Amino acid sequence: MTMTDAATPANTVLGKRRLRKEDPALLTGEAKYTNDLNIPGALHLAVLRSPYAHARILSVDVSAALAMPGVVAAYSGADLVPLWAGPMPCAWPVTADMKNPAHSPLAVAKAAYVGDGVACVLATSDAAARDALEAIDVAYEPLPAVVDLEDALSDRVVIHDELGTNKSYTWDLKCEGAEGQVDRAFAEAAYTVSEHYVHQRLIPMAMEPRAVAAVPQPFGGDITLYSSTQVPHILKVMTAITLGIPEHQLRVVAPTVGGGFGAKLNVYAEELLCTALARKHKVPVRWNEERTENTQATIHGRAQRQHIELAADADGKLTAVRVRLLADMGAYLQLVTPGIPILGAFLYAGVYDLPVAYDFSCTSVFTTLTPTDAYRGAGRPEATYAIERAMDALASKIGIDPLELRKRNFIRKEQFPYLAFSGLTYDSGDHELAADKACELADYTGLRARQQAQNVEGATKRLGIGISSYFEMCGLAPSRVLASLNYSAGGWEAATVRVLPTNKIQVVTGTAPHGQGHETAWSMIVAEKMGVDPDDVDVLHSDTAIAPLGLDTYGSRSLPVGGVAVAMACDKVIDKAKKIAAHQLEANEDDLEFVAGSFSVKGSPDKAMPLAAIAFEAFTAHNLPDGLEPNLEAQVTYDPPNFSWPFGTHICVVEVDTETGDVEVLTYVAVDDCGNQVNPLIVDGQVHGGVVQGLAQALYEEAVFDEDGQPKATNLAEYLVPAASDVPSITLGHTITPSPTNPLGVKGIGEAGTIGAAPAVINAIVDALSGLGVTDMPMPASPQTVWKTIQSAQGAMK
Amino acid sequence: MIPAAFDYVRAESAEHAISLIGQHGEDAKFIAGGHSLLPMMKLRMAQPSVLVDIGRLADLSYIRDAGDHIAIGALTRHMDVEKSSILAEHVPLLAHAASHVGDPQVRHRGTIGGSIAHSDSASDLPATTLALGATYIAQGPNGTREIAAADFFQGFFTTSLEPDEMLTEIRVPKMNGAGWSFQKFNRRAQDWAIVGVAAWRRGNDSGVGLVNMGSTPVLATSVASAISSGASVADAAELAAADADPQKDLNASVEYRVHLAKVLVRRALEESSK
Ligand SMILES: Cc1cc2nc3c(=O)[nH]c(=O)nc-3n(C[C@H](O)[C@H](O)[C@H](O)COP(=O)(O)OP(=O)(O)OC[C@H]3O[C@@H](n4cnc5c(N)ncnc54)[C@H](O)[C@@H]3O)c2cc1C
Repeated sequence: MTMTDAATPANTVLGKRRLRKEDPALLTGEAKYTNDLNIPGALHLAVLRSPYAHARILSVDVSAALAMPGVVAAYSGADLVPLWAGPMPCAWPVTADMKNPAHSPLAVAKAAYVGDGVACVLATSDAAARDALEAIDVAYEPLPAVVDLEDALSDRVVIHDELGTNKSYTWDLKCEGAEGQVDRAFAEAAYTVSEHYVHQRLIPMAMEPRAVAAVPQPFGGDITLYSSTQVPHILKVMTAITLGIPEHQLRVVAPTVGGGFGAKLNVYAEELLCTALARKHKVPVRWNEERTENTQATIHGRAQRQHIELAADADGKLTAVRVRLLADMGAYLQLVTPGIPILGAFLYAGVYDLPVAYDFSCTSVFTTLTPTDAYRGAGRPEATYAIERAMDALASKIGIDPLELRKRNFIRKEQFPYLAFSGLTYDSGDHELAADKACELADYTGLRARQQAQNVEGATKRLGIGISSYFEMCGLAPSRVLASLNYSAGGWEAATVRVLPTNKIQVVTGTAPHGQGHETAWSMIVAEKMGVDPDDVDVLHSDTAIAPLGLDTYGSRSLPVGGVAVAMACDKVIDKAKKIAAHQLEANEDDLEFVAGSFSVKGSPDKAMPLAAIAFEAFTAHNLPDGLEPNLEAQVTYDPPNFSWPFGTHICVVEVDTETGDVEVLTYVAVDDCGNQVNPLIVDGQVHGGVVQGLAQALYEEAVFDEDGQPKATNLAEYLVPAASDVPSITLGHTITPSPTNPLGVKGIGEAGTIGAAPAVINAIVDALSGLGVTDMPMPASPQTVWKTIQSAQGAMK
Repeated sequence: MIPAAFDYVRAESAEHAISLIGQHGEDAKFIAGGHSLLPMMKLRMAQPSVLVDIGRLADLSYIRDAGDHIAIGALTRHMDVEKSSILAEHVPLLAHAASHVGDPQVRHRGTIGGSIAHSDSASDLPATTLALGATYIAQGPNGTREIAAADFFQGFFTTSLEPDEMLTEIRVPKMNGAGWSFQKFNRRAQDWAIVGVAAWRRGNDSGVGLVNMGSTPVLATSVASAISSGASVADAAELAAADADPQKDLNASVEYRVHLAKVLVRRALEESSK
């Protein structure tokens, strides 16, 4: 692994590799996850789930379950209807005519996927509750499953009777001035490609499945909801609305959360069930998800069919992009389900300079499968995959090196800030630099020579080189842009910085870390700004009573929005401290400078006052300037003026065993540019994990269902999450193009690795096999799939 | 992931274990390393009423040189098989195969006896001991008997062990310098084989065992007889699936399994013939 240290010389903390302060508690088992909480007297909830993908619920008989030892209550979906003040929330009605089926925490009339909750039990132990599920008698009338997207679109079987159709919506991206341009560009093109790709369904599979505990205060009326969630703030608002609880009586806490990857950016049935039943029974109610349950009852990701067409002139310069998506919503719309394909809508031209000729349309349908929603990258890996695979197809059509084609089309450095066809402004970038750096690290020229020597006629071990250059649109998001996309919330983030009397600093953040390392990173930002040691900074988060304002963690937003808010709050505190310093030093504010945690009069360094002294003055308030409030604390709510636009180039080198179809990744180079880095160690970790997740989509993972909608990958033996021994050593490189959008110059890095990886891997496999007539490779490229693809390509060549 | 309720008794000796099993009848089961049984219980695919724990019978954990063969106690953990210097010298194929079982946690808990008694055709050690011509020793209320590996595996998870019989020892003939190869084809390092091949060869004598190529571990006798009658490795390997009855699953169709078996048997014989 190569490490590039991104430290800016002027900084003392920012940009330096620093171990994470979160890790000792996590590594020693001291950290408390939701299921570790000791909650005396809690009842355990277990949910009976439909074994059918699609079935009418004729009757539910819980009487035998009620007679089981330890069982306190058992309910059918119909029994609980009075508890719901509103439907399960979907916060993203992407079009005015979007169809959204009725969805309640337990199904009442119909089960619409395997895993859909139909009844539940409360018992004195988890084991007793789960045993009792077996005694519930549900009479089902099985109905035909709808698994295939085209089949869904045909309305052969309509899943939600009240909608009359399986189509949820069609969303078009209307680019000003594009009218007629696209057709003209295709008519006049020297080269065109028309490619079809499938993004298989993926299971996010956080190491910690979900867990919930709702603890009521029967006589005070308040209730605390603990949940393994990425979105305590959103969950609080939505739970209050859905259950009709006065919002001020609800507190949401996310204890240590063992990964989310977007799957915990949601409001789930079990959160609502625990809260409602805890209120009803006036005792705590908790639920812990099993692994198999997690593969069915927690959202899935991706699940799209893509048709992308590119038009190019004689030099290979792109002249138009046309995209048609068919997206699988699953059985219901969860919190942001319909918006996921839309998050990718702007990126199907990738890092390339494209005139206004862009035509995007997405149609989304219901199936009788687990609902889909956000999964690491959410829409953007899909977009990047399509354009980067199609660029390879175009290069092969033109007969030039895929790297050369990319270079001819990159948005050039001097074109930034770049106003894109979509009306969005890409604030910064240097794609050529990132690509050059990746090529240098991978020895691209050497590899091509090696490949020529190795992939001779009859060779059974074939070398392939895949490139993927990506643009990522993250740091969600400018609230006004979200408004234009019909998203029902803003994109701001809040931070409070509080200097305690003894000069220790508390940061309150609205972000909700679940593995990312915000405590370390926010401490470093504060340390740099305030001249204190990062260990003297405490970061408070993920509890709506402590951090009441926030919009949580997803969409690689935490640093470019939440971290920036922290930095801005520091500036506000420093401004206030300066007033106190000026007052105490009897100097003019303009004559003061703040260096290494101390204010001094420019030119006379002995006239100085350290922050520690000011903090104490602010606390005692004995001698403050007239009109200045005591205490040293500031709050900032920051609404970003633009997205953040990280980018990079990944190169994957594979060797394919054509006899068995086995793919070995020999080299993986990732050059990512996330602007200024707060902690390069965390950046590397995010890229490692992200790359592995993309590689997992390319090679291993798939939520397989049979034609009856029965899930076939329901545990970690069947759903192939790669382990450390299955992934290559990743060579990392970075370029640094600071974001001009925010004062820290930072961009998100949480999803970039995943976005870049899958197309790099598949491009490499197709490249390895191009001599055998292979032009595409479905994901996951399992050995069997690779072998079959070679067989049919060979058959076609004969 | 919570098994159905069951009772638990710990055996103090082989005899004790056998009498406990006799006492509790039909639904009682031995538990050794628990690494096949417990996953099935958690999925409620197995619901024994009583578990008779033989996991601590230390006197059944050994690897001894017994002249023409090596005797391995049924409770010997995979890790001890993998690390045994006696096996490294006399039956290197078995030691190597054990190193491919699951991951280190599995190898520290799982036992060779449990693996063979469980008789999962996708497991590595049943097919390997079969290829090596092993003999298994079973002990029941009326004494012990020898069962040739070739007679042991009856069908999907079924063996010729009586319900009240316990596997106590595995006897593996010394390889006497035969060439060998173990080809495990899987997607992730800790996974079961999609197809696996355990093979050895000394001149025209050979043994080839197939993993996950049917409802039982498979002895590829057609391959061995082709080799003994002088066929080339490539030709013999074409017969790889002749004795097998492979099934399809998420990872492989029947056609792909048969193809893989041919490729892997060829590679295994090439390596064994060096
Ligand atoms: C994650 C994981 C990965 C694995 N990967 C592999 C792999 O790659 N390859 C592989 O070969 N195996 C693999 N295994 C299985 C592992 O090797 C098991 O340990 C082994 O198959 C069973 O041995 P055990 O001692 O754990 O048996 P147990 O689970 O205790 O018992 C299994 C069965 O055998 C019976 N039994 C046990 N001992 C005796 C005895 N002495 N006499 C009679 N009956 C007995 C039990 O009653 C039970 O029915 C894996 C297991 C896990 C959990």
